[in-house]
Amino acid sequence: MTILQTLVNGIVLGALYACLAVGFSLVWGVLNIINMLHGSLIILGGYLTFFAWHSYGIHPLLALPFVAIFIFCIGYVLQLTLINRVVNEPVLTTLTLTFGLDLILYNIMNVYYTATPVRVTLDLGIVQIGNIVMPVDRLLGMALALILTGLLYVVMRGSRIGRAIVAVRMDRTAAELMGVRVDRIYAVTFGIGALMAGAAGAVFSMVYPVTTNLTGAFLGKAFVVCVIGGLGSVPGALVGGLVLGIIESFAGQFFGPQHALTVGFLLMLFLLVVKPTGLTGIKGYE
Amino acid sequence: MSQATRYVLFAIWVAALAATPLWADNYTVRLAIIIAMYSALALSWNFIGGFVGYPSFSTAAFFGLGCYAGALTQKAGLPMVGAWVFATLFVGAFAAVLGVIILRLRGHYFAIASFAIVEVVRLVISSWGDLTGGGDGLNVPLVTGGPDAVAQTFLAVMIVIMLTVFAVTVFVDRNRLGFGLRCIKQNENAADMVGVDTTRYKVIAYTLSAMFCGTVGAAYASWTGYIDPSDSFSVLMTVKVPVMCLLGGAGTVFGPIVGTTAFLLLEEFFWARFLEYNRAILGAVIVILIFFLPGGLLRISYRDMVKRLTGRVSQGAAP
Amino acid sequence: MSEPILVLEDVSRNFGGILALSEISFSLKEGEIVALIGPNGAGKTTLVNAITGVHPASSGRIRFLGVDVTGQRPFQAARRGLARTFQIVQPFPQMTVLENVAAGALFGGAHANMHDAMATAREKLEFTGLAQFADRSASALTLAGRKRLELAKSLAMKPKILMLDEVNAGLNASEIDGALALIRRIADQGVTIFIIEHLMKVVLSLAQRVLVLHHGSLIADGNPTDIVNDPRVIEAYLGEKFARRIKESAGNV
Repeated sequence: MTILQTLVNGIVLGALYACLAVGFSLVWGVLNIINMLHGSLIILGGYLTFFAWHSYGIHPLLALPFVAIFIFCIGYVLQLTLINRVVNEPVLTTLTLTFGLDLILYNIMNVYYTATPVRVTLDLGIVQIGNIVMPVDRLLGMALALILTGLLYVVMRGSRIGRAIVAVRMDRTAAELMGVRVDRIYAVTFGIGALMAGAAGAVFSMVYPVTTNLTGAFLGKAFVVCVIGGLGSVPGALVGGLVLGIIESFAGQFFGPQHALTVGFLLMLFLLVVKPTGLTGIKGYE
Repeated sequence: MSQATRYVLFAIWVAALAATPLWADNYTVRLAIIIAMYSALALSWNFIGGFVGYPSFSTAAFFGLGCYAGALTQKAGLPMVGAWVFATLFVGAFAAVLGVIILRLRGHYFAIASFAIVEVVRLVISSWGDLTGGGDGLNVPLVTGGPDAVAQTFLAVMIVIMLTVFAVTVFVDRNRLGFGLRCIKQNENAADMVGVDTTRYKVIAYTLSAMFCGTVGAAYASWTGYIDPSDSFSVLMTVKVPVMCLLGGAGTVFGPIVGTTAFLLLEEFFWARFLEYNRAILGAVIVILIFFLPGGLLRISYRDMVKRLTGRVSQGAAP
Repeated sequence: MSEPILVLEDVSRNFGGILALSEISFSLKEGEIVALIGPNGAGKTTLVNAITGVHPASSGRIRFLGVDVTGQRPFQAARRGLARTFQIVQPFPQMTVLENVAAGALFGGAHANMHDAMATAREKLEFTGLAQFADRSASALTLAGRKRLELAKSLAMKPKILMLDEVNAGLNASEIDGALALIRRIADQGVTIFIIEHLMKVVLSLAQRVLVLHHGSLIADGNPTDIVNDPRVIEAYLGEKFARRIKESAGNV
């Protein structure tokens, strides 16, 4: 494989990683919570998309918004009823709680869907430019991932709710005094984080097989992307995703695919120790 | 309950565990071994998570490393007990070096780093196939004797490890080390200012939290006779152990033991009935723990429970 | 005259590109009470942080009892006898008042065991008038109480120099009088006192010598009466124009 091909593969993968991690990053940055549910929500999005396509013949692009909204509702309700009650507690509490919720969701999915990998096969063929070969469904996945990530950016910058979320992130007390209902904003934020996970899962199911065995791996990617790119910002997640995608692609090329993951984690540990604000230098909460 | 009563109850409990081969079937003896084993792990986690309050999720890394360190040295010809001691020292040294690097992280960053360590160690062990057998796993020389004798041996071994960690816990709790660790938990900067060498104390706590996991891992490897990366480095274990400790009461001497026992008996009870849902049940236990038993079983406070149930974000400003 | 106990030579500290302290040099003699004054943001707390190792000096040297302590860590400062209190009090919230002070005695005061540390802690609580609160939780104290707790904790560390960062901020008049009396009694025991203070009343009644910090530089070092008449000091506090006007009006009289 040429270097150019490896680079292109990395960029395509990186766009998917950015989309996968951006919701996790938002929740961490705004709520100061490590959402251990994130991996399972991605898989849930993938499963729902697959079964809509497989059982009812609904095209994934059509299913995507409904899947995303459904998962938004799950996230919103979870935050409003459960997580909000401990949102100010130490990491140990919030992380353990979301892990507990993750176990429940994971278990339910396993019972209903089993762990068999499923994938939406769209058979769109491949394109070739010079020496570079790329399946069209991956390009579609990349485009969707970038569009979704861009949409989130627009919502955070332009909409009232986006501004409110940013305000709460900057200064909770001040936002509260100005009449922002913080518990609702937290719920919406967590909902959006879940929505992005679900949408990313839907996109993934068109490109790669999804299975419940991947929840931990996806969560791990989200960790790494966040630490590389810096917390709580869409551009940060985009940078983090692309860097990780490209690094994994090259690491897989040179050291073998089984080491791609290790390299990502090692990079994260290195950055955590050397520069916990990430490559973009955007400051996190702590 | 007075401290003396607690010690007496604990002694009775240990005696009951140790006596299982005399009155119970093999299945119960196995459960007793598991309880002693997890008690040792929860007591270990208590050093860093309970005393210092650092959200460490690297238990599985230490346990898994202990498994491989013990198994490999045993295969290389070291006697079994020698291999366990080696595993203990090796994992302790590993944690001490690691601690110097990652203990300057706080909060979420420390939590994530400690998670990542489990993954990195697992990936390294899996890909180092020449030495570790990779994903195929590793056979460990079996202990001679019938299954009953083996079970009795390892019950005794796990109980001895548990009692050792317990003794260290009591020592730390009463010593200046424990006092210093509690100071760090409450206000790390202030602890530094009154003369606590915070870095050294944290590294000691982290090392203590790791080394006995190494012993347990090595003993586990000898007991089961076979280890592989996914069993040795399980993400489930890395969260289960802190949950057990929290369930009983983190930072207390008896909490980890109470929590482990309650957790495993509960798991046993549900496991038999709803095998398909065992992870969900663990999840439910966690949710209940967080909302109803925030201080653990040893510190049940009904007032806090009511507050927690009626609490809203806006009222719960951080102290 | 006795040897200086603490000597600073050209101590500077920068954060990123910003110079927070610029070539500060002075010394403290044993048993002295020295006040450090200066407008907000002058770098007073930064200076104490540089001495105690919270944010070590970027350049320059600090010697304490003849030993170079420039790069020391805060816990080392505490053990050497350089104790400090914080502008924003820093108790161990879930410990009792007694345990808070015992922490200072055990780690900073180099006590061998808990028992001795507790004894010292009780003594210091008695001294600071907090004995009746010994078994209360530290977070239950009033602000004045918590400031006293900081003092008691620092005293338990057997300090040779006690650095007090705005111990009187937020206290009412009678609480301030109480705090002043306490500081005098500490000084009587031979402890060198280095006090950051805004209230001129406190400075004038307590300090034998005053240092003035402005924009990270030491602009004056002298006895209190000279300092309050120093035009540079007046300028630093009141601005150039105002200072000139005062001078002119003084000339007219």
